[in-house]
Amino acid sequence: MTPHILTRSLDRAATAFVLLVAAVGVLIPLSNLLLPQGSMFQVPTYLVALWGKYVCYAILALSIDLIWGYCGILSLGHGAFFALGGYAMGMYLMRQIGSRGVYGNPILPDFMVFLNWDKLPWYWYGFDKFAFAALMVLLVPGLLAFCFGWLAFRSRVTGVYLSIITQAMTYALLLAFFRNDFGFGGNNGLTDFKDILGFNVQAEGTRAALFLLSCLALIVAFLICRAIVTSKLGKVLIAVRDAESRTRFLGYRVESYKLFVFTLSACMAGVAGALYVPQVGIINPSEFAPGNSIEAVIWVAVGGRGTLVGAALGAVVVNYAKTFFTSGPLAPYWLFMLGALFILVTLLLPKGIVGTFNSWWETSKAKNGSPDAESAAREDGVGAPNPAE
Amino acid sequence: MNVMDTRATSAMLYLDGVHVSFDGFHAINNLSLTLAPGEMRAIIGPNGAGKTTMMDIITGKTKPDEGTVLFDGTVDLTRLDETRIAELGIGRKFQKPTVFESQTVQDNLLLALNVDHSVRGTLFWRGSKAESERIDKVLETIRLTDARNRLAGSLSHGQKQWLEIGMLLAQDPKVLLVDEPVAGMTDVETHLTAELLKEINKNHTIMVVEHDMTFVRELGVKVTCLHEGSVLAEGSIDQVSSNERVVEVYLGR
Repeated sequence: MTPHILTRSLDRAATAFVLLVAAVGVLIPLSNLLLPQGSMFQVPTYLVALWGKYVCYAILALSIDLIWGYCGILSLGHGAFFALGGYAMGMYLMRQIGSRGVYGNPILPDFMVFLNWDKLPWYWYGFDKFAFAALMVLLVPGLLAFCFGWLAFRSRVTGVYLSIITQAMTYALLLAFFRNDFGFGGNNGLTDFKDILGFNVQAEGTRAALFLLSCLALIVAFLICRAIVTSKLGKVLIAVRDAESRTRFLGYRVESYKLFVFTLSACMAGVAGALYVPQVGIINPSEFAPGNSIEAVIWVAVGGRGTLVGAALGAVVVNYAKTFFTSGPLAPYWLFMLGALFILVTLLLPKGIVGTFNSWWETSKAKNGSPDAESAAREDGVGAPNPAE
Repeated sequence: MNVMDTRATSAMLYLDGVHVSFDGFHAINNLSLTLAPGEMRAIIGPNGAGKTTMMDIITGKTKPDEGTVLFDGTVDLTRLDETRIAELGIGRKFQKPTVFESQTVQDNLLLALNVDHSVRGTLFWRGSKAESERIDKVLETIRLTDARNRLAGSLSHGQKQWLEIGMLLAQDPKVLLVDEPVAGMTDVETHLTAELLKEINKNHTIMVVEHDMTFVRELGVKVTCLHEGSVLAEGSIDQVSSNERVVEVYLGR
């Protein structure tokens, strides 16, 4: 990536976002590790893990915003790519347990021993190596997205129909992963992890490092998205979003563009899932549940579609609210609240939190007659997709 | 026969015996039409005459059931898709102005430029002086220089029509298909558009579909009248408009 792309991608808001995430990524682990327990500013370990989860969700939200906010592809199955990345990491973590499992088998994970399997299925080979697992984290979601996208975009499946088949995809995977003989631990999934790269996954230091890594991954994902949306490719994506057939008549191969962002987005979701699993300590088929993918789309809508920063913000805000409400007496009503939130945002804040703030900021700047108001409007003008799409 | 063959290969666009039907409705019925290189042709005809469908066929949006559609005498357009046809050099302006509303006027033109349209090309694209000069020139031609940084969605209807013509210019195709360029324009704008098209015609082949007879008259080019999917009359505007069958079709029988 040339410096030219970097300078173009980092406007003031983007720089502020990167610095904020970097600060959080450093300060939270530091306060957790260095300050005495019980101190007012000490972040307890459980919170580090919880916020680490939010950061992973923010990466997932970014990946959805890239395709939905900028290219108009509403995937309601992005949780599948997240879960696949998670499973790839989970498989590595399972193989790290070795003979420390309940049954003490040095090769086979406990659930396989329990099912009376005598040897490791071929698709578990290689997962004892971290590098291989890390590659699979990118490759498995990426390949699935590529094949799926190749078929769907070439046949010009768009809009609601595409959303429905992405739902079907994640649901099919949910059913497959539920089966014991599928070889991924069935209903229980993969859990009881011991260590990652030789470090105990439960240790405070490891959790802090995972948190920092998640923040770094969020920054990298954000920069990649920014580099894309501020390039000419980004303009083509918006053109596809707003007038697909017009773009085709200009001589752009629309399906190639869609395939590129869709695959990239799936890889990003996979990385998010891979960072998520060691922090929550489990991956099971419920991560494939269609509801999860829909929830992730709601985060993006709440934060502001087509703004990137908004997607990340929406993921954190909605999940914070979820943690808050589901741990109190209001717990049974959370899904109603989520539904109400979605309806309210669609009706009252169709551009989401960040989108609404941006337009307010531009109008107030324009009123003050600032000379660069128009150029600012140009820079951010891409962020106003039609929420009904 | 021999004469016909040479004409067919020298034509910029050559349609012969084209048929299209949608669920039994014959939208295009044995349509034959040739457009010589450098020619400007006006296409008129009542609603449902098949004007837009004809453009759909030429640009690859609709596949004909039967017939030959040749571009530049050699390329069979019925076998190619929209992207490929656009790359070959056939540009199209739609009936309803379709510009990229959430992007600036300038970016609309940038997107239309006939440069590398591959994913990689656009990802690593860096503006060049030649490109920005071309955009400046187009902006001047379509009189939108002052509006270059405005969002295309904020333009007036007439300006959008012009922007779309500008996008065609940026695309610099060999053939321009222009569908109702002056719909919803004021008289002054209509006049200016006619001037603009004549200017563009100096180095492009153009096919214009239009209802506005004053405008067609102003263009002063050969007119083809379509009716029920085939050619009803062809000639100068005076010849065509005095043709009894044309009058009948337009006034209703």
